[in-house]
Amino acid sequence: MSSHLAWFRRQRHSLAMTSYLSRRALLRGVVGLGAGATLAGCSTPVLSGLGTGGDAAGSLAYWNLFGGGDGVRMTQMIDAYRAANPAIDLKAVTLAWGNPYYTKLSLATLGGKPPDMAVAHLTRAKTLVAADLLEELTTEDLAGVGISPDQLDQTAWKAGLVDGKAYAVPLDTHPFVMFYNTDICEKAGLLDSSGALTPLDSPEKFTEALRKAKEVTKAYGGVVAITADTSTPWRMFQSWYGQLGGEVLADEGRQVVIDDAKATQVLSFMQSLTTQGLVPPTLDYAGSVAAFATGQAGFYFQGEWEISTFQTAKTPFSMTLFPNLYGGGKYAVQADSHTLVIPKQHRPDPERKKRALGLIKSFLDQSKTWAEGGHVPAWLPFRDSAEFKALTPQSNYAAAAEGAVYDPDGWYSGSGSNFEIVTGSNIATVLNGQQQPAVALAQMRSALTNLARTASPI
Amino acid sequence: MSTTETAVRPRSGTSESGPVSKPKSNGLPAFGFLAPFLVLYLAFIIGPGLYGLLMSFFDTSLVQPGLGTFAGFGNYAEAFQSSDFWAGLWHTVWFTILTTPPLIILAFVFALLADRAKHGRWFFRLAFFMPYILPSAVVALIWIFLYTPELGLLDTGLAKLGMTAPNWLGDPNWAMPSLAITTIWWTLGFNFVLYLAGLQDIPRDLYEASAMDGATPWQQIWKITVPLLGRTTTLVVVLQVIASLKVFDQMYIMTQGGPNFATRSVLQYIYDEGFTNFRTGYAAAASMLFFVVILAVSAVWFGIVRRQQKEA
Repeated sequence: MSSHLAWFRRQRHSLAMTSYLSRRALLRGVVGLGAGATLAGCSTPVLSGLGTGGDAAGSLAYWNLFGGGDGVRMTQMIDAYRAANPAIDLKAVTLAWGNPYYTKLSLATLGGKPPDMAVAHLTRAKTLVAADLLEELTTEDLAGVGISPDQLDQTAWKAGLVDGKAYAVPLDTHPFVMFYNTDICEKAGLLDSSGALTPLDSPEKFTEALRKAKEVTKAYGGVVAITADTSTPWRMFQSWYGQLGGEVLADEGRQVVIDDAKATQVLSFMQSLTTQGLVPPTLDYAGSVAAFATGQAGFYFQGEWEISTFQTAKTPFSMTLFPNLYGGGKYAVQADSHTLVIPKQHRPDPERKKRALGLIKSFLDQSKTWAEGGHVPAWLPFRDSAEFKALTPQSNYAAAAEGAVYDPDGWYSGSGSNFEIVTGSNIATVLNGQQQPAVALAQMRSALTNLARTASPI
Repeated sequence: MSTTETAVRPRSGTSESGPVSKPKSNGLPAFGFLAPFLVLYLAFIIGPGLYGLLMSFFDTSLVQPGLGTFAGFGNYAEAFQSSDFWAGLWHTVWFTILTTPPLIILAFVFALLADRAKHGRWFFRLAFFMPYILPSAVVALIWIFLYTPELGLLDTGLAKLGMTAPNWLGDPNWAMPSLAITTIWWTLGFNFVLYLAGLQDIPRDLYEASAMDGATPWQQIWKITVPLLGRTTTLVVVLQVIASLKVFDQMYIMTQGGPNFATRSVLQYIYDEGFTNFRTGYAAAASMLFFVVILAVSAVWFGIVRRQQKEA
């Protein structure tokens, strides 16, 4: 009986001991974890998993916004980088395009956990610079990995400078271009003896070409995304308006300087294409792609990135510069550039920056892969090479890079921004016939004036 | 001591000193127990709320240090004049109108049916509640799949029946109803469970007695079930209205507020202004205005509950 009791007591005691000890061990563990975190920064695997920063041995976080064909090619480039740099743990993250991407990039940078390198449109990178979220890239930084500014497309490079300082390395220029169906254009008698499209350098010639194409297709002359798309109508307008020398904003977005005469001229011409039935007024993005891919239209107007879609669809097509209707000797076309940037770290680490620059150089070196997706490479050593000249139809429209008209400066401007939404949605109403040019122009002006009057938060 | 107490007890004296002294002695430990909650509540709700109120009077920027320049009521004036703010508010209200009645009526009907089921009641309870435990992103992805134009399940299904499906998320007139359908499927389970619990609280003998008196099932529903579920209904309505007014996830993921801003709720407007456009001061002012709306709804609920308690 008594031995029983003694045993029982022992058990209870040891139970209490273990629970006491384990609690103490737990406490010690927790404190230890905290101390470890302060001492070693992000070196523990648990903590490094919580942040974007990895171990000092060589990790690199990279954010981009590429989907579709661009996404596939970017993955190839990332894989090539990984194969060449097995010691570096490259973490690539792809996020949804447009405002969501830039919101996340800004918040992550403000919160002190930005990626080491990121993609940004040139027009949006400038807003990020104004908000003090990007690291300056000095000539020494770039020279360290073998990049010299004169090896980059000068239009894009200069457009990206802020007060003479560089923050973004352009990877490409992606202009608005004209796709044409070679079979249809041949039947319509629009090709010259060498099989290239005869230049459509006046509104009359352009309209006539669409009419001839329509006679062949029995459906449409040309197609463009109008419904539920704001960027495309804006790009089309801005190209022709830019050829006339028109400007929309001035003074870094604080003033609206639309030239009514020039804008009305372009808008009326754009509307005439749909009212004459040469361009369908209601197609959305996917619909316009499908119509061109299936040969219902002779022409298609969009950024060059759709090249992969039509190659996959085996559409007989080629691409050329978006028609120069108004520019005469001086070509202009709406464009933007994908640039590579280094977000500001709360605690800058020269080694990480060096690795990030190395990744930038690696992407520039892989310009061939990137150009296959339609983009005009900004890396001149490749663009001036015979290899690129042989790459058709890409080399047909490479001249677009020099005539690139970027979206105007302003905190609310840039690719996929409020500015494009405001202008593009009004231009779309002109294209689909809902509004007359004068009415749409007045609305555009008033909405832009509202944005221009708002004090810049940057 | 004890004698005076017993002597005084019949009078009103003890009834005053009793309740007053009791909470006094319980006050400190009670606060001790409440502290973990109160600290977090102060740090993460009250504190940021007050900071937001302060910020709403300044042109605060997300990317600039400090509060920025004093704006007075400028931000409020701007929100009042902004057609985007009112459009956002209307979209939120429209969403609430589209979701609240079905979420209450359907939940009630399904709870009634599930309550009647003799076998496998657990199955219905599970089946209706299951979607509710899914995260909003998962729900959104499932329904984006279903709504895919031409190729989606809904479109192919309707095509087989000889009907043409609308452009669910692409048509400005259809986008909001489509989001409402998704939300109803997703959150019906919560109201359903509340109603089911309410139904099980109703004494069975009321039904037996009324059946003896010759009441039909319809009469039982209208005269017994509906009135006795009054309080549940009040609760469900208010929780539902507030939940619907807070809508953000579905739109942000499924339509990004489009097409052409047709589904941008007021919360997304605030998010866009604050985080995308960096205008946190203005966004704070807009959220304060929205807070007033939510407060008004809650006040109405408070009034109704009080009246019900008096009647009871």
